[in-house]
Amino acid sequence: MSGTFAAFFILSLMTIGGAVFMISFTRVVHMVVSLGVTFISIAGLFILLDAEFVAVSQILVYSGAISILMLFGIMLTKHNAVEDEGSKGVNRFFAFLIVAVFFGLCFYGIQNTIWPEPAQTAPNAPSNVEQIGTEVFTKFVIPFELLSVLLLVALVGAIIMAKKESDSE
Amino acid sequence: MITVQLPSFLLVALILFCVGLYGALTKRNAVVVLLSIELMLNAVNINLVAFSKYGLHAAITGQIFTLFTMTVAAAEVAVGLAILIALYRNRETVNVDEMDTMK
Repeated sequence: MSGTFAAFFILSLMTIGGAVFMISFTRVVHMVVSLGVTFISIAGLFILLDAEFVAVSQILVYSGAISILMLFGIMLTKHNAVEDEGSKGVNRFFAFLIVAVFFGLCFYGIQNTIWPEPAQTAPNAPSNVEQIGTEVFTKFVIPFELLSVLLLVALVGAIIMAKKESDSE
Repeated sequence: MITVQLPSFLLVALILFCVGLYGALTKRNAVVVLLSIELMLNAVNINLVAFSKYGLHAAITGQIFTLFTMTVAAAEVAVGLAILIALYRNRETVNVDEMDTMK
């Protein structure tokens, strides 16, 4: 059993465990914390896949910013919210059925596809961050700049939507 | 020696996506629904990065697309929570099945 396999096993176990605990917990704050575990484990999976820059961004954006933002959202709405039984039994059964069918189809597809042999990476390739930087600022300049506009619009929109009511009252 | 192959990563991402989908369909609290959507986006990110290493045309493009997805997800969470807070101020509820004014 190689070290990579052991790391993959532990990380995927933590990823799925965090997600399942998120579904089964009843208090909303506990759900956010267990989702934080999932986000950090996914960053570990990214490192296993030789994507160091994406892994660091994952920790910064997801387990840093989005978890805290969600906690703010919970604190600003229902302070100690407890998730009750959820939707009714019939709806829950149909949701489970849909998800199970989807899982079965995708699992069948993954198992029955002949995947290509992994390509050999060049021995003296530039580092991951260097490659991403070169590509972003040559090939993907226009999407990159559009994203900055999108972030600005989202920032302004979120502020306006969250404070509009208090002005008119 | 056992090595980790592409299908293992795809399977983890699939399980994660299914858990997120089930949560988004059954939970009533809108914050939890947003969290489940984040889980589904993360599953897609794992697939993109896995294909950028093991795919037929392995290239760095998958990782760049993942970065773009993360940015859009962050914007989505910010706007979603703003809508949620505005809605809570008006209706005093965060349950998605009580947000039925437009029904």
